[in-house]
Amino acid sequence: MKLAYWMYAGPAHIGTLRVATSFKNVHAIMHAPIGDDYFNVMRSMLERERNFTPVTTSVVDRHVLARGSQEKVVDNITRKDQEEQPDLIVLTPTCTSSILQEDLQNFVDRAQMESKGDVMLADVNHYRVNELQAGDRTLQQIVQFYTEKARKRDELPTDKTANPSVNIIGTSTLGFHNQHDCTELKRLMADLGIEVNTVIPDGASVHQLKNLSRAWFNLVPYRELGTMTADYLKQEFAMPVVDIVPMGVVETARCIRAIQRILNDQGAGVDYEDFINHQTLNVSQAAWFSRSIDCQNLTGKKAVVFGDNTHAAAMTKILAREMGIHVVMAGTYCKYDEDWFREQVSDYCDEVLVSDDHAAIGDAIARIEPSAIFGTQMERHVGKRLNIPCGVIAAPIHIQNFPIGYKPFVGYEGTNQIADLVYNSFTLGMEDHLLEIFGGHDTKDVITKGMTADTDLGWSKDGLTELNRIPGFVRGKVKRNTEKFARDRNISEITAEVLYAAKEAIGA
Amino acid sequence: MTLATPQPQELNFECETGNYHTFCPISCVAWLYQKIEDSFFLVIGTKTCGYFLQNAMGVMIFAEPRYAMAELEEGDISAQLSDYAELKRLCEQIKRDRNPSVIVWIGTCTTEIIKMDLEGLAPKLESEIGIPIVVARANGLDYAFTQGEDTVLAAMAQRCPTQEPTPAEETEKGDRNAIKKLLSFGRKPEEIAQEESEYVDHPPLVLFGSVPDPVVTQLTLELKKQGIKVSGWLPAKRYTELPVIEEGYYALGVNPFLSRTATTLMRRRKCKLIGAPFPIGPDGTRAWIEKVCSVFGIEPQGLEEREQTIWESLEDYVSLLRGKSVFFMGDNLLEISLARFFIRCGMTCPEIGIPYMDKRYQGAELQLLQKTCEEMGVPLPRIVEKPDNYNQLQRIQEQNIDLVITGMAHANPLEARGINTKWSVEFTFAQIHGFTNARDVLELATRPLRRNQSLKDMGWSQLVKEEAKV
Repeated sequence: MKLAYWMYAGPAHIGTLRVATSFKNVHAIMHAPIGDDYFNVMRSMLERERNFTPVTTSVVDRHVLARGSQEKVVDNITRKDQEEQPDLIVLTPTCTSSILQEDLQNFVDRAQMESKGDVMLADVNHYRVNELQAGDRTLQQIVQFYTEKARKRDELPTDKTANPSVNIIGTSTLGFHNQHDCTELKRLMADLGIEVNTVIPDGASVHQLKNLSRAWFNLVPYRELGTMTADYLKQEFAMPVVDIVPMGVVETARCIRAIQRILNDQGAGVDYEDFINHQTLNVSQAAWFSRSIDCQNLTGKKAVVFGDNTHAAAMTKILAREMGIHVVMAGTYCKYDEDWFREQVSDYCDEVLVSDDHAAIGDAIARIEPSAIFGTQMERHVGKRLNIPCGVIAAPIHIQNFPIGYKPFVGYEGTNQIADLVYNSFTLGMEDHLLEIFGGHDTKDVITKGMTADTDLGWSKDGLTELNRIPGFVRGKVKRNTEKFARDRNISEITAEVLYAAKEAIGA
Repeated sequence: MTLATPQPQELNFECETGNYHTFCPISCVAWLYQKIEDSFFLVIGTKTCGYFLQNAMGVMIFAEPRYAMAELEEGDISAQLSDYAELKRLCEQIKRDRNPSVIVWIGTCTTEIIKMDLEGLAPKLESEIGIPIVVARANGLDYAFTQGEDTVLAAMAQRCPTQEPTPAEETEKGDRNAIKKLLSFGRKPEEIAQEESEYVDHPPLVLFGSVPDPVVTQLTLELKKQGIKVSGWLPAKRYTELPVIEEGYYALGVNPFLSRTATTLMRRRKCKLIGAPFPIGPDGTRAWIEKVCSVFGIEPQGLEEREQTIWESLEDYVSLLRGKSVFFMGDNLLEISLARFFIRCGMTCPEIGIPYMDKRYQGAELQLLQKTCEEMGVPLPRIVEKPDNYNQLQRIQEQNIDLVITGMAHANPLEARGINTKWSVEFTFAQIHGFTNARDVLELATRPLRRNQSLKDMGWSQLVKEEAKV
């Protein structure tokens, strides 16, 4: 048992539902008690979805506990098959069905005999995988299901498309800015003269899946969703994969060069260097932004990054490599994929934190006292409490992270969006100077930070007065350093003199 | 709608498949931990439960709430770990960090299925760590949404103190219960006697149901006007202030979903239950007070005028509702009372969906509903227990409903199809009881109508391309 208030990644069935409902005309049936269909609320609220979420529950109640589901699951599947005529029904196990250990595969087999559409059981175990792993697995499972089905019927195409083409794998419902990212990636592919063969799972029909092998390669823009599918397609059809996250100027260029290599191996004879140059220098403003005076003021400022693997790694590289910001700590909650993350970021930050305990992350932020945080909604709230600005870069997210306006994180427009996000998160340069010169327009009293070590030292009246003159955003740091200074020298009361002595001694 | 002499009909009850959307009953911790200020709620369940609470409670999660998950891991499920040792470890940690006056264990589906004996473990652990542990099985296998509060209050009812038998008659009179003792602290006996005289002499009355403190005050004062004294309230602001309950006390519910609590008070604590409609809407509040008065043989004073005044002040909202139809998909058990209020406002109501219908506990409310329909000359609604949301959506489209009260899962899709909706959960979290808050209920109910009124000439009501199969 674990005492927990907050979790970064949801339970497994959420991942399965995200993938299943991303497809067109696929219905998910949860084997779950009343109230577990909270996914529908999230989709309807966060995505402001206009259509009914295609998820229903085969309710587990007392009777099911006593007698087993018996006909119930089968009836629910066949009923939904008739009502909605979906192409595919995905029976989704939950934590409850994991321990009931009913033979759900048997229900699926029986329901399949009576259903027009296809029926399958999502192969996820609540106690072994989380939302992200389950989503990855479910997508691979669906792709495999339809690939094998087509192969049996001898419907698998053997040719490639005439022109270079790509499958974009991994954009899904409730994914962080996924819809905008998808549009941006399609634009990028169009600019590169690459046809988009299929985008899965978001907006795809299962009938398209048999044609996946016609693409020249697969692009997996996110680390968390699509990797298993791409591996499967590589195994089955020897399809090459580009899994470089095209986030930030350098990584986007790297991604495009990888695509170029793969296409040229297949005889396309393309050269994207001019395109990369043109985009970098003229279209994306991010490269110019890095060079501009504004960005100079960010040099060496401290930042903390935390999120999922994809976004935390990309942001760390952007901050450190493209903006000269000092990333003190980069972290991820994707513990199951820790090695990848360490490998990606270890050159770009001082320390790496792999944890899904929000308190550990909060404590680390309090200790480091960065000028800005880039994290999830949880870090945003930590920032609020500590008076540190935060840009949200990854799920878990709230409704404000599903903007209506066009805000991709990938590709060249993505670099612009990220530059804005970063710049707006730090205190603006001139404001910064003015606050320093005039002691700030902030007249709030000293806020004792809940997460820093409690103080056992007294502050004299004049000491406090001086402390209050220090701008709010560095006051905590000055206070802490001064107290450390005093403690080291056995000073019990901090006067203005001590404060300044500390400043002189350790540059607090 | 014709006003032909209504035939006295019977209410029509149906039961569907139970495939409907509602909140998990563990959501009750969100409002109960705030109500009972010295409590700590520990939900013993899985990531699924945690994910629900985290998302459903929104920003509240960041306020360092006095609730947490005891998240079960594979070792707990397969009994490789001892439930007792694990719970002890967590509860000691809670005691160390928060030192609450009570820890409430919320049992979930998982603890039911693996048959974790929470009721058995609690007394043992309680004596070991020295903090009361109350067990409530608020799980989705058995209950819906607000019924979670019912399971917690039923468990708390067992913990309400009984008064020690007092030796002399005289002392008993001036010292009836702990609350009174508390209230009279530092005052002279004459002053108390003076205050006592404001009340009619009636047996002690305990109210049950968790409502925000302002509502407690409002309802208490409302009864005081009739000379009725509220001896205590379950739950109180603090666990340590739970009311004295003795055999022969009268109990009165304020919410329609408290049938287990009512049963516990009657059977275990030997209380007499006053079966009244619920104080929702001015009509409900008046009927609620009148019923208590009649039980105590009191002639109600000025109630009719009070109700009339409230109705007059509501006219601007009522005029928006009059003649329109309302459909309850059903998810929080407030449906019967709200429908009765809306029908009194002049609405028609073809269907009331409800997760669970206790015809005995809600008996008086059902009678008032029937009477209201007859007086307003509208057909009786069909009451659908354990509704089927899919079928309901078909009926909503067929019947051309003006306002659908529904959960968030269906609200946006219905709005996109040009159907006005009100999110039902708001009625659970808003202050809706008593004369004072009648306006708040209508503020909620008319909001979609008022908003859509201002958009109606824009031609933006149908916002889905091909009419998706509902």
